[in-house]
Amino acid sequence: MTAASSLTGVPKFTQHKDLVIPTLSILNHDGLLRKGLEMPALSQSMAQKIYRDMVYIRTLDQRMIAAQRQGRLSFYLSCTGEEAAVVGSIAGFSNKDMVMSQYREQAALRFRGFTSKQFMNQLLSNDLDLGKGRQMPIHYGSSKLNYMTISSTLATQIPQAAGYAYGQKLSGNKTCTVCYFGDGAASEGDFHAGLNMAAVTNCPVVFIVRNNGYAISTPTSEQFLGDGIAPRGVGYGISAIRVDGNDALAVYTASVAARKLALENNQPVILETMSYRLGAHSTSDDPSSYRSVSEEKSWHDKDPIVRMKTWLISNGWWSEDKDNQLITAYRKEILEALKAQEKRPPPSINCLISDVYKTPPTHLLEQFSELQKHIKQYPDHYLQCSTSDKGVSLPASIDV
Amino acid sequence: MTKMNLLEAVNSALDTAMEVDNRVICLGEDIGQFGGVFRATSRLQEKYGKQRCFNTPITEQGIVGFSIGLAAQGSVPIAEIQFADYIFPAFDQIVNEAAKFRYRSGDQFDCGGLTIRAPYGGGISGGLYHSQSPEAYFCHTPGLKVVIPSTAYQAKGLLLSAIRDPDPVIFFEPKAIYRAEIGDVPTEDYEIPLGVAEIISEGTDITILGWGAQMRQINRAVAIAKKDGISCEVIDLRSLLPWDIETVTNSVNKTGRLIVTHEAPRTGGFSGEIAATIQENCFLALESPIMRVTGLDTPFPLIFEKEYLPDYTKVYEAIKKSVSF
Repeated sequence: MTAASSLTGVPKFTQHKDLVIPTLSILNHDGLLRKGLEMPALSQSMAQKIYRDMVYIRTLDQRMIAAQRQGRLSFYLSCTGEEAAVVGSIAGFSNKDMVMSQYREQAALRFRGFTSKQFMNQLLSNDLDLGKGRQMPIHYGSSKLNYMTISSTLATQIPQAAGYAYGQKLSGNKTCTVCYFGDGAASEGDFHAGLNMAAVTNCPVVFIVRNNGYAISTPTSEQFLGDGIAPRGVGYGISAIRVDGNDALAVYTASVAARKLALENNQPVILETMSYRLGAHSTSDDPSSYRSVSEEKSWHDKDPIVRMKTWLISNGWWSEDKDNQLITAYRKEILEALKAQEKRPPPSINCLISDVYKTPPTHLLEQFSELQKHIKQYPDHYLQCSTSDKGVSLPASIDV
Repeated sequence: MTKMNLLEAVNSALDTAMEVDNRVICLGEDIGQFGGVFRATSRLQEKYGKQRCFNTPITEQGIVGFSIGLAAQGSVPIAEIQFADYIFPAFDQIVNEAAKFRYRSGDQFDCGGLTIRAPYGGGISGGLYHSQSPEAYFCHTPGLKVVIPSTAYQAKGLLLSAIRDPDPVIFFEPKAIYRAEIGDVPTEDYEIPLGVAEIISEGTDITILGWGAQMRQINRAVAIAKKDGISCEVIDLRSLLPWDIETVTNSVNKTGRLIVTHEAPRTGGFSGEIAATIQENCFLALESPIMRVTGLDTPFPLIFEKEYLPDYTKVYEAIKKSVSF
């Protein structure tokens, strides 16, 4: 028996139904405060920023999906439907907190100040891409914005976030780590490893699991049996909370409280946002083959952006006019950025071998030298790199 | 200088690293107060506290993932994997994460502070799961460094270099000779550069190359061959990734013959990589085919461990075969 357990003479099994976590909800579907609830502590400027960033990401997603269909980028992955879950949560943290995310949280990066041009640089793998043209579109990262570069491997960031937070705790700088992932990623071994490591080492990390109904085509009913993901946190000794992910106010309120708990007690927290991936998984799949139109419609009716807008307007903090102006301005900004940044050259060919190690080892330099000779021999075959020699320079020791 | 065995030298390196840099953190299964199943971390928790030397749950992917995050934050984690045989749950974290962390971020982030220590190899009646030599898997991964010491002196100097190296390093320790391998080790701080092989003894007829516990088998075989009048040049590779191609090339250009030996199975073993590179570099100087003396292509056995291992008798026979080719 454990320290907290009591003795019983009856062979009684505990069911998963015995631990059902309630869902925090502040705005109802019509965008009004639920009866009996007070308005959360949220300033007008913060509320407007949250809304603007939600609208920005919706606009960016729409524009980039179109650009992908036009062949201007190879791949894209949208946040559509989950804008409140992402912007509402990141708004509850300090910009000094580290973000370690999956790949559907570009709204958090926008919240931190990532510009349209920076999005385009990554999506187009041009010479200004902070990732030097090495990863597929949507794998953003910015050390300046404390946003860890995304990797395609699911859930690997979960134990890493625990370790990062442990380092933050030791440094005493009163920051924490925010770790995003999806309901599907929570089936990976790294989820369990990471939560357990975070719990036993008392790390100030907030795990935010976006429960959006699908992992590519697999519905959550085929992903897990229990009551979502949050109760698993309880099993690891981690405080857990669930929120309506389409309710920006609820998400924000829960996130502020989660951060406080994590930092004041040096403990991990898990926050589950219940929402729906309104778009396809990525530009490489078609949801009509695995879910019904009526199901999608029921979630379009709960659109988090419409809900937030209704609340802002009812509060006197927004208007339809402002809304139209905002969307027009964002469309223009994004289109201009796309047009400008797609004209930029690719990164330097040196980026093929730099950063594998801090300093390229001899064998790699020799391989690169052979490649360069080969490229010179076939300039027409390798047009891209023969027309670009700008970009990141290698250390002076490299003479190739 | 103090007489130390290889295990004490590892402990001394960890102690030195933790003493001079308070960002250094040791973590792993049973490494706290207990000091690890081999006692490599003895007294470190007592000396540096529970925050800097602590037990983890039994989750290799968790240990390595956690350590990557810790390194990215600016700490200098040294993760112990209890046996190299148990490193595979962490394979994804090592190969897809640690190795690619700097590259994929455009050098905005790195986990270069990371060192992963793991006892490896046979000779302890450990059977399938306490005997493996998995170095070749990791040598196939750009972004990692792979280091294996063979003496107490090397263990301390190479481990201190590995800990301070700006790239993630996997440090495999030859557990069969943890206590048998004894030598003079400076009590102070010193480093042995990574990527540089050591010529153990010079010779003219044939080059014998190995690393880790296999060096003892090589030295024994070479002593017997000497009585036959065969002059062997013995090279301890020390670092497998990157490896010292120049030193081996120069040696084989001089001797015209090469034997590479390791405990790991032959197919896909690191000796194949060395043989391919050396035949490219030394084709005209070679007097006989490059030979490999390795474990068999089987899982690591138990009762037939002696038969499986590439011991000095097999190395000696290979030497005779090569020089009489």
